[in-house]
Amino acid sequence: MEMPIPDAAVLSKKDRIVARLSSVLPRSAVIHDEAETKAYECDALTAYKCPPLAVTLPGSTEDVAAILRICHEEGVPVVPRGAGTSLAGGSLPTADSVILGVARLNRVLETNYDDRYIRVQTGRTNLSVTGAVEQEDFFYAPDPSSQLACAIAGNIAMNSGGAHCLKYGVTTNNLLGVTMVTMDGQVMEIGGAHLDAAGYDLLGVICGSEGQLGVVTEATLRILRKPEGARPVLIGYDSNEVAGACVSDIIKAGVLPVAIEFMDRPCIEATEAFAKAGYPMCEALLIVEVEGSPAEIDEQLGVIMQIARRHNPVELREAQSEDEAKRIWLGRKSAFGAMGQINDYMCLDGTIPVSALPQVLRRIGEMSRDYGLEVANVFHAGDGNMHPLILFDANKPGDLELCEAFGADILKLCVEVGGCLTGEHGVGIEKRDLMSTQFKPEDLEIQMKVKDVFDPAWLLNPAKVFPLDASRGRREKPVAA
Amino acid sequence: MLSPATETELAECIADAAGPVRIIGGGTRPIGRPVAGEALSVAGLNGISLYEPGALTIVAGAGTPLAEIEAALAAENQRLPFEPMDHRALLGTDGEPTIGGVVAANVSGPRRIQAGACRDSLIGVRFVDGAGTMLKNGGRVMKNVTGYDLVKLLAGSYGTLGVLSEVAFKVLPDVEAQASVVLSGLGPHQAVEAMAMALSSPFEVSGAAHLPGAGRTVLRLEGFTASVAYRADRLVDTLKMFGAAEVQSDGEAVRAEWRAIRDVTGFADLPGDVWRISVKPSDGPEIAARAGAEVMFDWGGGLIWAQVDEGTDLRARLGAFAGHATLIRASADTRSRLAVFQPEAAGIAAVSHGLRKQFDPRGILNAGLMGGATE
Repeated sequence: MEMPIPDAAVLSKKDRIVARLSSVLPRSAVIHDEAETKAYECDALTAYKCPPLAVTLPGSTEDVAAILRICHEEGVPVVPRGAGTSLAGGSLPTADSVILGVARLNRVLETNYDDRYIRVQTGRTNLSVTGAVEQEDFFYAPDPSSQLACAIAGNIAMNSGGAHCLKYGVTTNNLLGVTMVTMDGQVMEIGGAHLDAAGYDLLGVICGSEGQLGVVTEATLRILRKPEGARPVLIGYDSNEVAGACVSDIIKAGVLPVAIEFMDRPCIEATEAFAKAGYPMCEALLIVEVEGSPAEIDEQLGVIMQIARRHNPVELREAQSEDEAKRIWLGRKSAFGAMGQINDYMCLDGTIPVSALPQVLRRIGEMSRDYGLEVANVFHAGDGNMHPLILFDANKPGDLELCEAFGADILKLCVEVGGCLTGEHGVGIEKRDLMSTQFKPEDLEIQMKVKDVFDPAWLLNPAKVFPLDASRGRREKPVAA
Repeated sequence: MLSPATETELAECIADAAGPVRIIGGGTRPIGRPVAGEALSVAGLNGISLYEPGALTIVAGAGTPLAEIEAALAAENQRLPFEPMDHRALLGTDGEPTIGGVVAANVSGPRRIQAGACRDSLIGVRFVDGAGTMLKNGGRVMKNVTGYDLVKLLAGSYGTLGVLSEVAFKVLPDVEAQASVVLSGLGPHQAVEAMAMALSSPFEVSGAAHLPGAGRTVLRLEGFTASVAYRADRLVDTLKMFGAAEVQSDGEAVRAEWRAIRDVTGFADLPGDVWRISVKPSDGPEIAARAGAEVMFDWGGGLIWAQVDEGTDLRARLGAFAGHATLIRASADTRSRLAVFQPEAAGIAAVSHGLRKQFDPRGILNAGLMGGATE
């Protein structure tokens, strides 16, 4: 993966930059020793590494503003970092960049149950937001798989989703307001506890902008009352087509499950060997979960199971107890771990129209044979967000490159059938150079013009999202502020 | 009037425009500062180009009548989640509302509190910017974080950043039954407390309005018949400290009342100006008191409709508050004199101005409609 050549002028004034940062931050908040900056050399896309010039760990919005002001004056690129769990390389540094890590900004600032929101600092982890309100039976809906570790800052940057978006939406649908610091150190309040924007929906464009428009330090998030209960059903089919048709029929029947998860045979086999959840060996497995009171759940599952039976399932299993429900989810939740046991893997994130599912799975199977790399599919079927896991051996020369080429072909296929490159992980560096398959030059240009407004010098996370060729002129010859 | 029939013609119209253009969908929502310029109708860009009920997705030309979309969805027992308001009664307009107009004004209704606003269901746009470039953002899948989300930016931009040519939505199943749980005789503070309690329950309230004139506090439940009946019972019990609630389960009557709430028909026949104020729900009663007006509350108290004498500067009465007030109905003269949209803080105003300059460098698209600097 190509990254820009570090700016020699910035590298040569490292001491001065560190001194200036140290003059406005506590001693422990500036890391510049090479042994220590190494801890920040990558995120969860571990194939790519580069230690930054320095790392800053601000303790307040004012600290963030001070750091950005200095970096702006010195012309130093800044790479914002939440918890470093990005699978797309969203917080991969360059050698001439300063990492701005929000991990120390982890406080709850306000909870308001009457108005159903919580205001937090954005270094707080996703799961601990729910943790702060669950004693009152509330929760924060977006639930990415990494929710134990990932920070709200990163969720906002990538507009993260999760397994339950079919009913509750993704981050942007649950974000009410932010405090954001722009590259020149200006603190902006956007949105709040009220709904919708007075003018342009800046909150909507900031969410998902991968840390390129500003650093979000505080967020007002919508919280919801927990449902009375939830229960899954497990359905097995002997073909992907039939499973796809079943998903479509469930949706058309007017039931809105909170989750519809899909696993294919390679994924079932791997997870079964690993987690022993008692899954049937079949071509396609669906886990469908509904919410409500026991009677409401019975009614909805009744409708779903009736539809499932019409498609002749090889297995149909309704959870009869809390324990059985856990077992149904066990395999799905262990899927990534199971793959990690077998080999190194790369997790993709393309989204397709649900109707294209059988065709796309068939093509992925063919490509898998052509590339000679195994692939397992697990994904959120209700919204078409696929997660093909390609297995490769990082120690085998050329295997990573082969895997990346395979991954790129799958993502191109997603775009070809009317979908997109990424449904919830973000572009980062991973899909940056594929953007041209989904967007025409002018569609990328208008997005870059938005960055021009917020960050005219292109110093915030500059080498991400846009193909390097497309952003080169802006990165190398900054637009006058 | 310019009347392009295709997106390419639309792009040519804009590229060739010698001066400002005034964009028209169905012409049913004359909201904003009056703008000058040659009229440009997008009515010719119409028709549903894709509808996949099994994927909960619909795509249509911006000029497609809203009624056509709603009919197509109803035939498959689906609906637009955000329940767009019909402004015709309140604003005294006629004509056919278009889906592009709904998006341009980010028009939502009572279900906004549960299912999100128009911008939350919108998953893709095609549009032409002020230079006449045809652009797209988002697509037809409901989870998409590929590049910046300009879909949200275009929603509610009233044509000032680009002229929409095509829009794509995530839709939802329609419901089998609807019921309202109705409390009577509550004052605004008590009503907002009751609505907060209902919205904080697990019973999935999809509408929460307080109509002071009628003395009604109305909570809507939707879903399968048995489930709605169960939740109505539980909600009545939950709210018993606010008095005996009545359950209205006649579906047609329930739908009619919520249509009236959605369209603010209670103010349609009253004279004067109408403002729309968005605040956090618990601030609702205090803000309504400051307005010193005839009011109606939706969104659990977070949306206040206020009717005042013609030409009143309501913001002067409200003073500083967290939220925003928009002047929805007033004479052209008043809409020229008072800021229709809430004035923005300096930093945000600068960003808005910067975006307008990028998307419409010549300043020809509905110039000045949303206020702010136009240079």
